[in-house]
Amino acid sequence: MNSHFLLLLLFSALVSAVFATLSRDDPRAQLRTGSLMFGAFVGVALLLGWLMYPLPL
Amino acid sequence: MAIKSTTRSAQGRTGVGRSRAEASGTTETSAAISDRGPLALLCLAGWALPGAAHFWLGKRQKGTVFLVALVTMFVTGLLLKGRLFPFDVSEPLVALAALANAGMGLPWLVSLMFDAGRGVVTAVSYEYGNCFLIVAGLLNFLVVLDAFDVAVGRK
Repeated sequence: MNSHFLLLLLFSALVSAVFATLSRDDPRAQLRTGSLMFGAFVGVALLLGWLMYPLPL
Repeated sequence: MAIKSTTRSAQGRTGVGRSRAEASGTTETSAAISDRGPLALLCLAGWALPGAAHFWLGKRQKGTVFLVALVTMFVTGLLLKGRLFPFDVSEPLVALAALANAGMGLPWLVSLMFDAGRGVVTAVSYEYGNCFLIVAGLLNFLVVLDAFDVAVGRK
């Protein structure tokens, strides 16, 4: 599996699941927190990738 | 308050997380010493198998998530040709990476026994594999700390 994007999705999903489970007790709250965290992981990665696109100048 | 009652019953089974007075009915000092054994065992179990400490405390849902997620991360790291670093104190970053790897407990030991995790530095996924392996170990340390907090009644 050499797709960087798929690896990013997998890493984000697993880390989000662990952090959401650690920080919330209610399963619904865990799902909500995990989804938000997953979205933030992927969104920030895409944003940073887009910002770095012109590099090296 | 189902969560609280679950925790209390789990604490009753394990003998950890009780107040010092409850634990022995004698002096505070002797109760604290007698509680160290189960607490240490709990942390050891949590280190050895991700999620085991939460299972022990009766938190099956959390334990299952930790077990599945962390073992998947670790195995993915190995499949991506990541490296399990040796404890080489002459190179501090390598030693720190080894410490992080060791956080996975039994899966880490078994991988070392079978000579997995040698790492292929020329593989395109090498750094990704290292990232998965290191983060899995560090997250398991956090999971053990969480179980400890639950056991002593801080959470």
